Amino acid sequence: MREVCDLVVVGAGPGGLAAACRAAEAGLDVLVLDAQPEPGGQVWRGEARQGSNRLARRWLTRFSASGARFRPGARVIAAPEPGVLLVEEGPSSFAVRYGRAVLATGARERFLPFPGWTLPGVLGVSGLQVLVKDGLPIRGKRVVLAGTGPLLLAAAATIHSHGGEVLYIAEQASAASHWGFALQLWRQPAKLLQGALMSAKLVSVPTSTDAWVTAAEGERRLEAVRLSVRGREEHLHCDYLGAAYGLVPNLEVARLLSCETSAGAVVVDDRLETRVPKVHAVGELLGIGGVDQALVTGELAGLVAAEQPVPLELERSWHRVRTFAAQLARHDAPRAELLRLATPDTLLCRCEDVPMSALEGCQNLREARLYARLGMGACQGRTCGTAAQTLFGWTGEDVRPPCLPARIGSLRIPSDVSSTPTRES
Amino acid sequence: MREPAPKKASVVTLRINGREVTVPVGTSVAAALAMTDSFVSRADLSGRPRGPLCGMGVCFECRATIDGVPEVLMCLTPCREDQTVVTDA
Ligand SMILES: Cc1cc2nc3c(=O)[nH]c(=O)nc-3n(C[C@H](O)[C@H](O)[C@H](O)COP(=O)(O)OP(=O)(O)OC[C@H]3O[C@@H](n4cnc5c(N)ncnc54)[C@H](O)[C@@H]3O)c2cc1C
Ligand code: FES
Repeated sequence: MREVCDLVVVGAGPGGLAAACRAAEAGLDVLVLDAQPEPGGQVWRGEARQGSNRLARRWLTRFSASGARFRPGARVIAAPEPGVLLVEEGPSSFAVRYGRAVLATGARERFLPFPGWTLPGVLGVSGLQVLVKDGLPIRGKRVVLAGTGPLLLAAAATIHSHGGEVLYIAEQASAASHWGFALQLWRQPAKLLQGALMSAKLVSVPTSTDAWVTAAEGERRLEAVRLSVRGREEHLHCDYLGAAYGLVPNLEVARLLSCETSAGAVVVDDRLETRVPKVHAVGELLGIGGVDQALVTGELAGLVAAEQPVPLELERSWHRVRTFAAQLARHDAPRAELLRLATPDTLLCRCEDVPMSALEGCQNLREARLYARLGMGACQGRTCGTAAQTLFGWTGEDVRPPCLPARIGSLRIPSDVSSTPTRES
Repeated sequence: MREPAPKKASVVTLRINGREVTVPVGTSVAAALAMTDSFVSRADLSGRPRGPLCGMGVCFECRATIDGVPEVLMCLTPCREDQTVVTDA
């Protein structure tokens, strides 16, 4: 099976949706692919069903009226030649031939290993939030959250509003950095308001800066956590722990397409075009900046793809959101203590059960993969590779297809799509 | 803010490891797993339990056999009527 389109958009979060709307409204034939069952990406997950967020509602309605086609449950797994993507959709697969591409694959959480982090009941901060939004029963459950930045409060607010009992919010940033960042938010009216509303709801929850989780304890699942709070130890019994330290961009598809990356983000010009012609990148791929950055850059890339003029106001907004992204990166950078929590027998690679001690002597990700099987399992190093880069300062490796586990058959290019003879690999 | 009231009669019933679970429409299978006795999706190489971690299709901790198809991610799969979910935990 195959699809042909003027513009393919990978990812249906705010970035991808804004790009798709702008381009489709200007008359392009737009195809949007997303691994999730509904549009909305991470921040608007579930909004297509429930719709309590007005901004989400507005964009989702605009998207369904835009004429763009959407294929849910469609995972981009390979890019065998310029202008072609291979996509797996449930038990079947298809190829897409496109004129231009907008990559909007968003971000994932940065996990750092600590003793007990593999126990059931230990999740990411936003990971736990997402599961609660997706129906995980949290009413009356005791929850500890440890992480950094605005997403920590967003998760706490969601858990609180679903009846969960948030026992503690541990913010790793130092007090000075945290309040400095909060003050900067004065320049970001929408975000400040959001932050204030969230804090108002959570005033009764103990919160501390300079605080992080040092260990999770339990037999068959999480029973308690140990926290370091301004140099003193706290021990709390709880049902769930959300622990993760900020976000990192999902660079796999961009790397498959050979887009240049620098400092963990995709390099683009002022038309949001990557170093690969006709391939644009938007949203979190440009460096973590949240929903505002995703919308602004998505709109920009959609207009550029459709060869439409870019309103000056949109250009200005882009510069504003970039300033916010830079401040967020400084605030969320994990502190040194977090890099020393794992003991020699703490697992770093959860898929292949590789403990920290197995990495002794390894100098880079390649050696860690060859000698210790780090990142050789199902998630292909998405979790441990990111952790290893943070722990040891290693740089990312090239991505080899498939960028997600795929069936062999999905990697064949249908003969009516390929412009060159199919190579066997 | 109050929790949105569950929509009338919009529930589905599925089986997770042989156990019937009834959930509101829109619940993911990973979220429904927490309604069984254990929030365990698989065992690691030495038999220790694991559960969902990322909730968004990144960590692959939540893979299960769903309606006969192996290695499906529970966190990206909505619950459906009569679905059969088997974890290897
Ligand atoms: C788990 C999580 C929860 C978050 N919750 C909030 C929140 O509550 N509030 C907030 O302000 N911000 C939240 N964020 C921050 C979020 O990154 C931004 O607010 C915003 O969603 C970024 O938009 P985006 O369009 O760049 O990417 P995203 O919204 O992340 O969308 C990217 C989309 O690309 C899809 N995708 C990725 N790779 C592939 C592939 N290979 N094939 C097909 N599809 C693919 C994903 O399924 C996803 O739907 C959250 C982030 C995460 C990771
Ligand atoms: S919980 Fe991580 S992939 Fe499903």
